[in-house]
Amino acid sequence: MNENLESDSAAGSVILRHRLITRLTHWCWAIALFLLLLSGLQIFNAHPTLYVGAQSGFEFDNDVFSIKAMRDAAGNAEGVTTVFGKSFDTTGVLGVSGPDSAQSYRGFPAWATVPSYQDLATGRVVHFFFAWLFAVVFLLWLFASIINGHLRRDILPTGGELRSVPRSILDHLRLRFHHDGRYNVLQKLSYGGVLLVIFPLIILTGLTMSPGMNAAWPWLLDIFGGRQTARTIHFACMLLLVTFFVVHIAMVVAAGPLNELRSIITGRYRISGHRTDMGAGK
Amino acid sequence: MKSFALNRRRFLTSVGIAASTVPFAGCDALDGFLSGGSPVRDVLATANSLTYRVQRMLIDADKLAPEFSSSEIRQGQRPNGSTDPNDEAYLAHRTDNFASYRLQVQGLVEKPLSYSLAELQNMPSRTQITRHDCVEGWSCIAKWSGLQLSQLLDEAKVKPEARFVVFHCFDSMNAGLAGNVGYYESIDLVDARHPQTILAYGCNDQPLQIANGAPLRVRIERQLGYKMAKYIRSIELVSTLSPFGKGKGGFWEDYGYDWYGGI
Repeated sequence: MNENLESDSAAGSVILRHRLITRLTHWCWAIALFLLLLSGLQIFNAHPTLYVGAQSGFEFDNDVFSIKAMRDAAGNAEGVTTVFGKSFDTTGVLGVSGPDSAQSYRGFPAWATVPSYQDLATGRVVHFFFAWLFAVVFLLWLFASIINGHLRRDILPTGGELRSVPRSILDHLRLRFHHDGRYNVLQKLSYGGVLLVIFPLIILTGLTMSPGMNAAWPWLLDIFGGRQTARTIHFACMLLLVTFFVVHIAMVVAAGPLNELRSIITGRYRISGHRTDMGAGK
Repeated sequence: MKSFALNRRRFLTSVGIAASTVPFAGCDALDGFLSGGSPVRDVLATANSLTYRVQRMLIDADKLAPEFSSSEIRQGQRPNGSTDPNDEAYLAHRTDNFASYRLQVQGLVEKPLSYSLAELQNMPSRTQITRHDCVEGWSCIAKWSGLQLSQLLDEAKVKPEARFVVFHCFDSMNAGLAGNVGYYESIDLVDARHPQTILAYGCNDQPLQIANGAPLRVRIERQLGYKMAKYIRSIELVSTLSPFGKGKGGFWEDYGYDWYGGI
């Protein structure tokens, strides 16, 4: 990161890694995405089937994903999740969940939705509030990151870095991490993918589901292939973000959680090794 | 370069961080903040007023919702909500095939109106193939025929103090402890005067089916399905929504749904 941000303490071993704007937007997103996920699953439960195209097929087949509660031959309720025509028994989590004495027939279980009980109206109230927060913070971040060089310096990989991808993957597989305070190429690619691809995509597919926005910006329907495809892409982006979250947390834990947490809260980050030992960094 | 080693301290820290995310999963912790009437919910709900204002700024009053080709009508219009009203007045009309049905236009108008279904069907009509988006998430494309609501508003001469159009309906819905509650819905005058806002009496080249709102339903193509009242009994021009139901502007709105259904 920026050399001039380096602190004097401990002979240069602690640097100021994240600016205030990076830290603030990070935690706003963390809160907003958490509630967007849980309220989004609540909304999804109102009609737990995804389709491709402009409309939902009730008299024809264009569904690609669904969660249903069915009865098996013995009359027991079972949760069935269907992905691209392949069905899986997901009883206990998807389709049918809750204690045996009070089973509920719902897509995602109570522990994964806000509110816990089925309430589409409240799910929408929560979702749209945090959608506004999420999108406004995104624009703020994008604007600030272009102005202060964060985007160019820390997110967009250079040609040389891209060529070092295989080596960086090997390093990660050996759990060798370079703690020089800079993002390695894999971090750049994953953060860049999330911030510059998935975030805009999930905002735009969300807007595509708005009948008002369909009148305002009908091209949204064209680029995403119809409202129901947009809804499916929106859901797929959610899955990618959940995957990113799991890997993100795993990497924080693997790379030294206290140091990593401190840097995203206070900005201060203790670097290890020598700055010349950054391998892929240059 | 120090290689990664899982010592005791690091292990405990990792477990601690992982465990700290677990209590969040018990989402019922948030339920109390979100119930109807809680201040937290009221704050969150302001986002919808923001959406309404921003979309009104962004979308020209006459900007049309997308229309589709007839090849995209691949199924019947999926009915939802009340689909077979058994309220007395409605059953009487249904028995005589809506021959004695009359649509009333009243409230803040210079000239209250009353039309039979045949008279409405003889007025200039509009046909549009549009996508119906249910608040639940599904969509269905159908061809709708009817007369533009703006035509009736012009004939009735809306008074300047009128701000909303309220649709009073024949059907009532079971609302739990409150018993049956009459369906009503409301929109602003921007959507009421929109070219695609029609009082539909036909769907997919057939007379409107009971399940889809016969004899008359409204189509508001830039909003979600719950705004498009079926079984319309009368239309009232008003300056405030507070006298109706719980004052939120519609049956579903009284149960927590947003009044603006453009999202």
